[in-house]
Amino acid sequence: MFPELNNLLNTTPDRAEQGKLTLLCDAKTDGSFLVHHFLSFYLKANCKVCFVALIQSFSHYNIVGQKLGVSLTAARESGQLVFLEGLKSSVDVFFRAQAAPHPLQFLREADAGNLQPLYEFVREALKPVGDGQAAWRCPVLLVDDLSVLLSLGLGAVAVLDFVHYCRVAVCWERKGNIVALVHDSGDAEDEENDILLNGLSHQSHLILRAEGLATGFCRDVHGQLRVLWRTPSQPAAQRDRSLTYQYKIQDKSVSFFAKGMSPAVL
Amino acid sequence: VTPSEGAGGGTRRELEMESVLALGGLVLLRDSVEWEGRTLLKALIKKSALCGEQVHILGCEVSEDEFREGFDSSINSRLIYHDLFRDPLNWSQTGETLPGGPLGALQAMCRRTHPGPVTIALDSLSWLLLHIPCTSLCQALGALSRQHAHPGGGSPAEPLRVLGLLHEELHGPGPLGALSSLAQTEVTLSGTVGQASAHILSRRPRQRPAHQTQWFSILPDFSLDLQGGPPLESQPHADPHTASVDPTAHVTFNLHLSKKEREAKDSLTLPFQFSSEKQQALLRPGPGQATGRIFYEPDAYDDLDQEDPDDDLDV
Repeated sequence: MFPELNNLLNTTPDRAEQGKLTLLCDAKTDGSFLVHHFLSFYLKANCKVCFVALIQSFSHYNIVGQKLGVSLTAARESGQLVFLEGLKSSVDVFFRAQAAPHPLQFLREADAGNLQPLYEFVREALKPVGDGQAAWRCPVLLVDDLSVLLSLGLGAVAVLDFVHYCRVAVCWERKGNIVALVHDSGDAEDEENDILLNGLSHQSHLILRAEGLATGFCRDVHGQLRVLWRTPSQPAAQRDRSLTYQYKIQDKSVSFFAKGMSPAVL
Repeated sequence: VTPSEGAGGGTRRELEMESVLALGGLVLLRDSVEWEGRTLLKALIKKSALCGEQVHILGCEVSEDEFREGFDSSINSRLIYHDLFRDPLNWSQTGETLPGGPLGALQAMCRRTHPGPVTIALDSLSWLLLHIPCTSLCQALGALSRQHAHPGGGSPAEPLRVLGLLHEELHGPGPLGALSSLAQTEVTLSGTVGQASAHILSRRPRQRPAHQTQWFSILPDFSLDLQGGPPLESQPHADPHTASVDPTAHVTFNLHLSKKEREAKDSLTLPFQFSSEKQQALLRPGPGQATGRIFYEPDAYDDLDQEDPDDDLDV
């Protein structure tokens, strides 16, 4: 969790909003620091988290999590975190009895159909537990990332349907939150990815877009972050504000500053 | 064409936005990620409901609670929400799915109407377009207006209007063109900082299509607040955070002169200016000034040969 990012978004783990879809997007840079931020943020906020991790292994997220002050191992043992490790379980799809449905069942199907099994997995993972031994605040679904589903052969509409159903189950029924990362290839040829990105942008309440600098790589400024609020209930002055900050990723934190105001320049 | 200014401007503007509703037929609301159109859709729905119409909403993108939020009870009682949000593809198998899928739901809407003017809001056409083939959707939309214009083949009935929210970025030029050819009115949303604008293209029968641009904002109770033009303070600066730094504020020299200073400056004669007084002063020798005299003492080696003065030059 990066306190500076919390300040920009005007939030803290104690008063996290509910029922929101946050879209993370990266273009010409790596936006995974945002995923790590939200993972540690919601774990610290005492939320029940379902993390669909299709890009990295559990130990990778765990090591980064430790730097940010959360232990994914402990969270998984306590039941706070449900971790779907895509890299490992995609192999399981091929070496198991076909009868039992697998979250990544679509890998096995010749014509990649829909993500209903993955949705069922998320729904089951975030089902409220009745025994009251662990009262988590609200359910949170985190996906890293959705673009890879397109690479695995699914259509944009199938991924949008999956997010739609997750919105119904997580955001609407259980007043939880969804955070998902989508790459912006910046390539007009990749129509499916554009449909996915724009479709999700229209559904989301907050869009965080990390972009590489137009002028190329720089040692002291790693990129810029655009923040776009789309919540209609907010007053117009705040809603219509699209803010741009530049950032520098450090070992354990990320520092944000106004455009052109890098400490290295001043 | 921008709205007229002057005394009659207010009522004229009102009429232009009304015309979006008055024309009937299919009204396309084309929005973008930065300028979302659902608030305008809700504002238009409120307007229809206040006229006593029944409003059917086919909701695909937001839940019924979220859609009804912000309307008061008298308006909410006029809204009939057909819920395609909760379980559009029958994954949950709760039996709450509308029969016949999205297309069936759309077709069922034309039958379920009551006498009197009706508004149908599609939230959103984009969702429908992603799940139904474009041709079927266009046919259904066409049937919707036709069927209602002649219920049972009788005389033309009350006007029916269909408000369709369309997210422009999601579709290629083909489907967009097909839908816009069906539409009587197209409203495209855009804007500058803090101020939304709608570009309205209306096609009246036997007339040239009319273009208008309307600046508006939507109040929290979903009533429309129409404005004459973009807010002046936001025009020169695209970003409020980079705005209003006066470069002349902290300079170390004086940029402006007061009247007194200017007079003093104008009355000053600069050294290079040549005036008649100056000329006289130079030509007339001063009273104590002697005429010039040159004293010359020849050097020992000076060659004073008068015949050849250049003798020492060794040429």
